[in-house]
Amino acid sequence: MTQATMASGAAAATPYNDDVIRKFVLAATFWGIVGFLVGDFIAWQLAFPALNLDLQWTSFGRVRPVHTSAVIFAFGGNVLFGTSLFIVQRTCRASLWGGSALGNFIFWGWQATIVVAALGYVMGITQGKEYSEPEWYGDLMITVVWVAYLLAFVGTLYKRKEPHIYVANWFFLAMIITIAMLHLGNNLAIPIAIFGGTWWKSYEVYSGVQDAMTQWWYGHNAVGFFLTAGFLGIMYYFVPKRAERPVYSYRLSIVHFWALIFLYIWAGPHHLHYTALPDWAQTLGMTFSVMLWMPSWGGMINGLMTLSGAWDKLRTDPVMRFLVTSVAFYGMSTFEGPMMSIKAVNSLSHYTDWGIGHVHSGSLGWVAFVSFGALYYLVPVLWKRKQLYSMRLVSYHFWIATVGIVLYITAMWISGIMQGLMWRAYDSLGFLQYSFVETVAAMHPYYVIRAIGGVLFVAGGLIMAYNFYRTIKGDVRTEVPYEAPVAAAAR
Amino acid sequence: MSFLKHHAKFETNVLLLMVGILVTVIIGGIVEIVPLFTIQETIENVQGIRPYSPLEQAGRDIYVREGCYVCHSQMIRPFRDEVERYGHYSLAAESMYDHPFQWGSKRIGPDLARVGGKYSNDWHVRHLANPRDVVPESIMPGYGFMHRALAYDDVEARMKVLRLVGVPYTEDDIANAKADLAAQAGDANTEALLQRYPKASIGKKDRTTDQVTEMDALVAYLQVLGTMVDFSTMKPEAIR
Repeated sequence: MTQATMASGAAAATPYNDDVIRKFVLAATFWGIVGFLVGDFIAWQLAFPALNLDLQWTSFGRVRPVHTSAVIFAFGGNVLFGTSLFIVQRTCRASLWGGSALGNFIFWGWQATIVVAALGYVMGITQGKEYSEPEWYGDLMITVVWVAYLLAFVGTLYKRKEPHIYVANWFFLAMIITIAMLHLGNNLAIPIAIFGGTWWKSYEVYSGVQDAMTQWWYGHNAVGFFLTAGFLGIMYYFVPKRAERPVYSYRLSIVHFWALIFLYIWAGPHHLHYTALPDWAQTLGMTFSVMLWMPSWGGMINGLMTLSGAWDKLRTDPVMRFLVTSVAFYGMSTFEGPMMSIKAVNSLSHYTDWGIGHVHSGSLGWVAFVSFGALYYLVPVLWKRKQLYSMRLVSYHFWIATVGIVLYITAMWISGIMQGLMWRAYDSLGFLQYSFVETVAAMHPYYVIRAIGGVLFVAGGLIMAYNFYRTIKGDVRTEVPYEAPVAAAAR
Repeated sequence: MSFLKHHAKFETNVLLLMVGILVTVIIGGIVEIVPLFTIQETIENVQGIRPYSPLEQAGRDIYVREGCYVCHSQMIRPFRDEVERYGHYSLAAESMYDHPFQWGSKRIGPDLARVGGKYSNDWHVRHLANPRDVVPESIMPGYGFMHRALAYDDVEARMKVLRLVGVPYTEDDIANAKADLAAQAGDANTEALLQRYPKASIGKKDRTTDQVTEMDALVAYLQVLGTMVDFSTMKPEAIR
């Protein structure tokens, strides 16, 4: 494979620190499967509540944060650490600042944080703020690891032998800086231990409406920076590499980078439409969310158009299929999001499964698929194998996971819009037509369909893990290779 | 697009790029968050909002611990159907002592902002222990384990930290915290308690045992939700 030879060629000149990247790749694969499995488990709980087992440790309310933290911070986090530290070394032609010691500190620090946080959730230790559940000591652990990560990344940028900082690194840097700001801003809490209370409990400094705004300033930008800017960095390296084409437009990347990071921060209030948050803040949130559509599509266009002249690779390279489909899903969910942030639409969609469907078209379709593409690229390169064990298995993974996503998001669209309409339905006498629990019962079939979609997504992840295992072992599957189509004239 | 030529300055200088990013991402949050602390009308001037009683706050801590907010909102929107289904739309003042806020983002179950007083204590206890006993179609987990004793040794420490972050508990409130908590969950004299915490839901909720249980605390919290403001006497000007 060309990219393999290119990478090893460059490695001869600069000794890149790849050992820690290999660890991140394995951890991402592991936590991905754990996170998908837990998600599917709680999806089945909603269809069949007996699965809560009526035990405190297995109830939906405690396990759901395990799912969200595992997929966002454990899977997504390890992918981001691994890819960004891989990319920053290569695009700077410099080895990792801080070397193996700092790299390993980041790696083990992050894994420990994940385990500590998840154990806390199942034991009932939580701040009660979505996507920011770890208690004060977990927040401190995150802070320490994040500062180490910032040092390693920026230190490597300082050491660079390339005059320019590559566009992927702008996105990673924006992610690192902004997540630091959000994490510190949203987690200001005082442990009750200062007055002799139990050690693991704290109270948030903010309350009510200010806490709500701060939370969604954080929450929406965990999506905007952790799950978007960071993964755009991944796109900006692996799509051009895999397509063997330069990035479509340098200008577009500049314009959409600054516009994206400026506008995203304002979008938080769209999670609080028609609440007790003042109208001026809601209107600001909606306006900026709609504007955000443009820089988002700027990124999509730059990613997709990079394939100009290389579209045939979709037929011959299943890894490319993951990367391209992820960008297409990115485009779709960054259209859906601004649409849902319009107050009139939001009055129907908010509090329903439509939001859950939207999040998963972004997280499964965009974040997970671009991650799979990057991981499939990285494993042969990092373990110095000529190729993956099996390209056919990559293709199976792609199709099984894609069908899973389609089942998931269509089920959630239907159940979400249906429930929203049922809540506001009136009968001919002017009474509310449905009790709340009737709307719950109506969703049962869609919860089953969604959970089946989840099974397919987990199955895809297991296929990937098997493919990695055999690749690392050095095996190559006997299979019909994907061949480039022969031009008609040449036949 | 001549300004793009100058972009090389950002691309070749790490520090400049970092400062540029920080300035760009910090603006939105400042504009949207800071005024919420400075504009007085953000929180309506209504009568009746009080800090939670020690038992209610203990119940609220359980509500947070179990992740109830994952499935239940506490925020009624000003729509005809929501107001008919749940009651008057929620005011910012009603969560001004909520650390953290629990408005929620998803209604897998119904909104709870005004659940207080809608169901009997017995209904709540049975429903929490096994929701399908009283609502056959419910998909809520069972919380039978909450029949266990409530741990409230550190209730004063909790109230002191809450006071530190802005909840107006008095010295008197904190000194009487344990007595108030026990009184609210029993048959003791509750006159002083009700003076400190008007409208508190009095009496033993969980009849399976004599000791104060987690069920007692959680139900006391649920029964006060949305009941502090008397909307029959409130003047609309107060919340405009």
